[in-house]
Amino acid sequence: MAKIVGSITTSHVPAIGGAIAKKLQEDPYWKPFFDGFPPIREWLAKVKPDVAVIVYNDHGLNFFLDKQPTFAIGAAPEYRNADEGWGIPVVPSFAGDLDLSWHLINCLIADEFDIVTCQEMSVDHAFTLPMALLWPDQKWPVRTVPVCVNTVQFPLPTAKRCYKLGQSIGRAIESFDRDSRVLIIGTGGLSHQLEGKRAGFINKQFDLQFMDSLISNPTWATQFSDLDLVEQAGTQGVELLNWLVARACLTGRASLKHSNFHIPISNTAAATMLIENQG
Amino acid sequence: MNSPKSNRQISGTTVFDGDAARKGYALNKMCYSFNAQANREEFLRDEDAYCAKFGLNEQQRAAIAHRNVLELLEAGGNAYYLAKFGGIFGLDMQDIGAQQTGVTKDEFKAKLVAAGR
Repeated sequence: MAKIVGSITTSHVPAIGGAIAKKLQEDPYWKPFFDGFPPIREWLAKVKPDVAVIVYNDHGLNFFLDKQPTFAIGAAPEYRNADEGWGIPVVPSFAGDLDLSWHLINCLIADEFDIVTCQEMSVDHAFTLPMALLWPDQKWPVRTVPVCVNTVQFPLPTAKRCYKLGQSIGRAIESFDRDSRVLIIGTGGLSHQLEGKRAGFINKQFDLQFMDSLISNPTWATQFSDLDLVEQAGTQGVELLNWLVARACLTGRASLKHSNFHIPISNTAAATMLIENQG
Repeated sequence: MNSPKSNRQISGTTVFDGDAARKGYALNKMCYSFNAQANREEFLRDEDAYCAKFGLNEQQRAAIAHRNVLELLEAGGNAYYLAKFGGIFGLDMQDIGAQQTGVTKDEFKAKLVAAGR
């Protein structure tokens, strides 16, 4: 049977793509962020996942507002990145995992999550940059399953619903009849706001409390509405919903192996966590 | 049943809800097209014709002409789509943040650094 090895959560700021392309990992501005990854890469080399389920939000590459699904799952043999309009380099394509995709789709719909299924899907920086941070040589050693959460158009799925989605994905993975080691990746956040007179809003205290809650009290964030999250974490800080889904996938005891928090990267409180799924 | 939609206001913040999505559809659709290099070039060759092709209203057309982010938000623009418009001019998020908050880019960046203390 498949086994979930853990969840890795990280910010996905587009400027990270520019920094990778310009090899700025040791630059004083970028170093405090990139330094969060070597311990995670060591862990990955040890646990060797063969599939990654990536929970992220599309920013207008695959989905436009003509069709904006609340939850969508990829079921494609391959996922490609593309020009997003601001010149960050396109990364190599990602292999899909059709058997796991359809297993998740079948299980989630049986569990009353009426998700959108996508047999063709482009993936944007929210998917590609975390992968490039985990595997800098961009020779992806895992097959992938994208899980896309709407954080673009309000109303967003509630935090409570996101948590339940994660739990359902976790149960589904562990009922998958194949020896597979599955990594969950949750991307986005933490606090930031791009638009309006409140642009540049960051809430360090809330971010640190949220990160702590993922270990000590994982349902803590489910008390918040989408507008509560905007108020606390900023209009784009709501991407923490992807982290919540990724955390809720863990079926065993959650053990924090590594974390990093740095303000700012671009307009964002940039954070990374590695949570191992034990037992 | 009453609509669960909230009228709650958050200071200095535009929430991209159904009202904004309806109002900004043409503008956001044009900005979505900027994912393609050929479309960015077409916009730069003839801005008027390109805006007309997407049916922008007067308010949206003026906001595009002014390159003004607060006006674009007021016209229903979504931050993620507007970022693709900003990308045409090589603007990053600190340029856009500084413009909206009425400070220089250096002042905006200093404010972000201060948030980490």
